[in-house]
Amino acid sequence: MATNNSQHISQQFEQELQDIRSRVLTMGGLVEQQVGNALKSLKRADLDMARSVMEDDRLVNDLEMKIDEECIQIIALRQPTASDLRLVTVILKAITDLERIGDEAYNIAQKTLNLTANEHSKKNYSELSKLGNHVRGLLRDALDAFARLDVDAALNVAREAQDADAEYESFMRTMLTYMMEDPRTISRVLDLMWSARALERITAHTHNLCEYVIYLVEGKDVRHLSIEHIEKVLDRD
Amino acid sequence: MAEHAIDISSIQRGSKMNAAEETTCLEVKDFNLFYGDKQALHGVNMTIPKNRVTAFIGPSGCGKSTLLRCFNRMNDLIDSVNIDGQMLLDGDDLNSRSVNVADLRRQVGMVFQKPNPFPKSIYENVAYGLRLQGVNDRATLDNVVEKSLKGAALWDEVKDRLHESAMGMSGGQQQRLVIARAIAIEPEVLLLDEPASALDPLSTLKIEELIHELKDKYTIVIVTHNMQQAARVSDYTAFMYMGELIEFGPTDELFTNPKKKQTEDYITGRYG
Repeated sequence: MATNNSQHISQQFEQELQDIRSRVLTMGGLVEQQVGNALKSLKRADLDMARSVMEDDRLVNDLEMKIDEECIQIIALRQPTASDLRLVTVILKAITDLERIGDEAYNIAQKTLNLTANEHSKKNYSELSKLGNHVRGLLRDALDAFARLDVDAALNVAREAQDADAEYESFMRTMLTYMMEDPRTISRVLDLMWSARALERITAHTHNLCEYVIYLVEGKDVRHLSIEHIEKVLDRD
Repeated sequence: MAEHAIDISSIQRGSKMNAAEETTCLEVKDFNLFYGDKQALHGVNMTIPKNRVTAFIGPSGCGKSTLLRCFNRMNDLIDSVNIDGQMLLDGDDLNSRSVNVADLRRQVGMVFQKPNPFPKSIYENVAYGLRLQGVNDRATLDNVVEKSLKGAALWDEVKDRLHESAMGMSGGQQQRLVIARAIAIEPEVLLLDEPASALDPLSTLKIEELIHELKDKYTIVIVTHNMQQAARVSDYTAFMYMGELIEFGPTDELFTNPKKKQTEDYITGRYG
């Protein structure tokens, strides 16, 4: 049973559900912006921007706690069922992943500070920023899929996340060869690798968001399944 | 080190009900019911499993009580009622001419919304069914009364005043007394028509707890307007609307992921 577009008899409950939904989208937008700014700060060696990303992580945390509280209120006061229950549980889970993505943006910004403090060389940044843009695009598409309750879009993102993982692996291998060639680069390359690792984590959290969209719409738990298996569960090819 | 491994097999198995693995108690086949010209039940098909709690939910007038009352032929009392289709108890058609209605009602007990104790003592209320069957042996009656009151989770509250009038009990106690009266004759099926709707929340919880305990011995079918109650007490839920069975399935699935939009709209409180 897909989620419901008919109106609740209780207008107030309807409003509460719409409110938490739109707040999650706000939180998602903020997190996406944090990731974007962290990547920009790294690319441009922009210390101010990096610092403001680190500063704004607090806003993401606040939103997580606020939405958490609202979900608990709804469960306590409204006893949601069926698609409403799935919406509330999915939101409780999704905001945890969004908050973690925010933390990873913070980590990238922190690496910017390290990298910029040492002698700044733009070598290897273009590959990292290519991976970064890819990951950020996936996050945006996953949030879109959530906003539009679009299972096919969520599936697409989950599929593309595999490509991003392959990109990450290849980036890490390249970095290893740099370190072997010239040990003086180790500290700098490590910072880059940590940034790439943060992007890999963001991809994993984005993948989770896609699974939540599928659970929300279809009521099917597709966690820990391969893409092929998910397609089978959903009867799609 | 396998011997140190934590056993999670019971968690992995899960608690989901599987209709295919159940033993059938009641079976309804292409069942129609008319009050005069007006059709109240439309082609109902369902299988009620043994030793499980099955809840009927749906808006007022959807036919859930009508269907429940068919299981012990309470509708026989209404002249204008006509039925077709079959209703089987353990494979036998309970509407067949050879069935003695009194015997059927001994097998299929019923408890109503409003507690209806007889204006007699607590003891005599519970012993009533057996006395009707001609049992008058004191020791047997004592034994059954105690067992039934314990079964209805009422014994501790009333054991010192068994010979006082049942009319002096609280509503919640009266309802449990009526359940004790119903189980004293050891029926196979217990039909509960809104058993807790006139009770306060604590008495309601006691009745729900009781339902949970009774299902080891009886097949329970409950009609309730309280959806959370259906969710709490039942293993299977049937959603009815306008005389039709819309959806029937394991309660945990019906309340998290109903298959039909009408069910979804009803349990989430939306306009259809």
